[in-house]
Amino acid sequence: MTMATLGKIARRTFLIGTGLVAGGLAVGYYYYRKPYPNPLEDELAEGEATFNPYVKIAPDNTITLIAPRAEMGQGVSTTLAALVAEELDVRLDQVIVEHGPAGHAYANTTMLEEGVPFPHFDESTVAELMRSGMAVAGKFLGLQGTGGSTSIVDGFYKMRQAGAAAREVLKLAAAKRLGAEPGSLWTSDGIVTDPASGTTFTYGELAQEAAALAPPAEIRLREKSEWKILGKPQARIDMRAKVTGAPIFGIDVRLPDMLFATLRMNPYRGGPIASLDDADAMKMRGVLKVVKVETGIANGYAVIADNTWRAFQAADAVKAEWGKGTYPPDSAGIRQALEAALKEGDASYGRDDGNVETAFADAPRERIVEADYGVPYLAHATMEPMNATARLKDGRLDIWAPNQMPTMVRQLAAAAVGIETADCFVHTTYLGGGFGRRGDVDYAIYAAIVASKTEGRPVQVTWTREEDMQQDMYRPAALGRFRARLGNDGLPVAVDMRIAAPSIIGSILPRYFPSISPIGPDKSITDGSANQPYTIANYRVGGIKAPVSIPVGFWRSVGNSFNGFFHEGFMDEIAVAGGLDPLELRRKLMAAYPTAVNVVDKVGAMSRWGEKLPPGTAKGFAFTLSFGTWVAQVVQVADVGGRIRIEKVWCAADPGQVMDPAIFEAQMMSGIVYGLSSAIGEEITFADGAAEQSNFHDYTPMRIHQCPQIEVGILETAHRMGGAGEPGTPPSIPALANAVHALTGKRIRSMPLSKEVEFL
Amino acid sequence: MTLEETTMKLNVNGSEHEIDVETEMPLLWALRDELDIRGPKFGCGIAQCGACTVFIDGEPVRSCSVTVGEVSGAVTTIEGLAADGRLHPVQQAWIDEQVAQCGYCQAGQVMTAIALLEAIPDPTDADIDNAMSGNLCRCGTYPRIRAAIKRAASATAGA
Repeated sequence: MTMATLGKIARRTFLIGTGLVAGGLAVGYYYYRKPYPNPLEDELAEGEATFNPYVKIAPDNTITLIAPRAEMGQGVSTTLAALVAEELDVRLDQVIVEHGPAGHAYANTTMLEEGVPFPHFDESTVAELMRSGMAVAGKFLGLQGTGGSTSIVDGFYKMRQAGAAAREVLKLAAAKRLGAEPGSLWTSDGIVTDPASGTTFTYGELAQEAAALAPPAEIRLREKSEWKILGKPQARIDMRAKVTGAPIFGIDVRLPDMLFATLRMNPYRGGPIASLDDADAMKMRGVLKVVKVETGIANGYAVIADNTWRAFQAADAVKAEWGKGTYPPDSAGIRQALEAALKEGDASYGRDDGNVETAFADAPRERIVEADYGVPYLAHATMEPMNATARLKDGRLDIWAPNQMPTMVRQLAAAAVGIETADCFVHTTYLGGGFGRRGDVDYAIYAAIVASKTEGRPVQVTWTREEDMQQDMYRPAALGRFRARLGNDGLPVAVDMRIAAPSIIGSILPRYFPSISPIGPDKSITDGSANQPYTIANYRVGGIKAPVSIPVGFWRSVGNSFNGFFHEGFMDEIAVAGGLDPLELRRKLMAAYPTAVNVVDKVGAMSRWGEKLPPGTAKGFAFTLSFGTWVAQVVQVADVGGRIRIEKVWCAADPGQVMDPAIFEAQMMSGIVYGLSSAIGEEITFADGAAEQSNFHDYTPMRIHQCPQIEVGILETAHRMGGAGEPGTPPSIPALANAVHALTGKRIRSMPLSKEVEFL
Repeated sequence: MTLEETTMKLNVNGSEHEIDVETEMPLLWALRDELDIRGPKFGCGIAQCGACTVFIDGEPVRSCSVTVGEVSGAVTTIEGLAADGRLHPVQQAWIDEQVAQCGYCQAGQVMTAIALLEAIPDPTDADIDNAMSGNLCRCGTYPRIRAAIKRAASATAGA
């Protein structure tokens, strides 16, 4: 029995054990009733019936599906609804899709499963048991979250089962009325038909009776070949609202008697308020109050007014003196701290194959490749600045917020104003971008505190762009030191990697859960380097937590966002030093993983890799497996009068199964633009204790004239399903850096590339 | 109380509004927080991102950086585009190309694209880059924005 087979058995055992389907065959409906109550029970309209946490049907046949993940652009509301609709036998254009309330019933178990310290391709028994343990823990904790590119993987069985279970009880209800066998009835477009008599019932007519019935213990989920919706491009359910400027975002929330506020938090991150003088601000038109907002996350003040702009103006007029932070006050000092950690810190090894020390001990100098890499802090810079609206009235807290973590918002916002979690209600709006920033919940906690000072009036707290950029939970800066020993064939016989970065979990836990101490390694420091499907005899990847206390958080693809650059930039150096074609190097080193070789070959064919290029143009290649999706990219650049234009990106991706190819393609494009954008000009630097960048004039994301053509090829050969939102980002950055090297001969090992070359 | 405070008239999407605000209040915030017209979005406040783009007498402007006192013409926001419930051809092209992701910047993108196509009915890639480079999108919808503008251009040409 191979390890892979063992892995499958372990996974199957777990899935059956928790009532989920293995192999698409059967499910008990019990899972949908237990262990958490159906949160929809509390919010049904007159005559409306609910079947499970994902389906509500009204007598007029209004069918509402719950897509309980944050819609931040990734198309998840459409594809999650499609999973339910496929089995429920309704068209996507005849349903309403809602995010729904915060509820433990909507826990994301996959997000925690993928937090285990094993690479995606490791299906050993231990890895699978750890994943299943994390999934059980995830269900126990009931953490509802959107992140880690997990939404579709997590929803793939349970949302189809929800649709199937509802369909079956609707058929049962019709069968009872007709005295027919449920198996003889048909369902389509929200209607049950009895072909024998020609009788039809809408789902709405049957909903009340059907919701009282128990579905069959075993329901066969449809095979892929039977799918009508899944696997095919769908019109996004949110598209019309988004091209008409509809008020769907957090910043668009309006409530009767609502006030408008803004925040200024100490720019010395984590520092206290030394003094505040609000005398001038209080004289300004429309200003009601200036209140302190003091938390374990940040300290500052809010101005509450009758108009957002008036709040902005008055916030500028408050004279504040701030206490300092506890980190080095400038970028040079921060870099020294990272360098010290890289040099002297204790590494935990995410990978340690063979014996690296021995392999280097007798290595001839000319066979060694060495390089140091570095990346800066980055802002998320979502287009919609952070905001939240809150109302605390009669002991009940309501929060309207574009957020990725509704159950965490509920718990922590309630605690911040001293009420029970059960008395806090979270309304998740559409998100004007997330990219991980809204996996933090600081904005919601601050809004709750501001709402505790308004005598029951709702208040919308909108951050300025400057505040959004300076109070971000940044992508950590990181440094890496790499060495390789090449064999006579040019292939590496030993690779040694050390990476130092501030720990993300070590930053998040203290700001939200100060009683839990972040012990143990942080695998995100080596994600993208320690877990890649390369076979190298002596292969070691160590991560070191650098003690810099500037707040850091999840930034699209997290550790992969810098390790993709480090690992694949260094692999390109190995290929050049060994005289090997970069694709050929990968084919050889990843030969044990056919999925990896498939995407390498595919992108090679798409981009006509190896064909002669016009003078002044060059290509670069990179590969990263992240979030379960295998991605290879080629970037082509051109010299235009000494400046570099990114002409084209080819991307081959294999996530195993794709539920919506058009949305998947859009996510690959999005991830690529996000990565390239960081590479050509994004950087947060520090001076005098504060971030130096404040708005889009000095933090400069990619604009349309800089955006390459992008061609995406999709493969579905991987046997485990992967994500879509993040895996496009990691390889884009090194593929560009490698292309710049091919074009200019400059090996740039420090981001952004624009510090050494100029882009159009 | 500032001296500039006065009652002003604003014509927005064909309706006359009287508002009592400071003349230096940016049009964006008068629209959003006073008139409850929320199509124009707040992104930067310094005319760098384009999310707040509206027309004044048909010309695209960044409403975050034009004060109410400076507005002399008729204001059109994205809410004012659709006639009799029918989408503007550019909005339809956006749907046909499935452009939007998070969607926050898209009202501004659509407004700028309409202005481009009115000035240049059949724009080249360079025309598109020139016209649209003031509108940021963090989701990376740029390739589909280009496709939608070309689709709208050919739809208009064929009409």
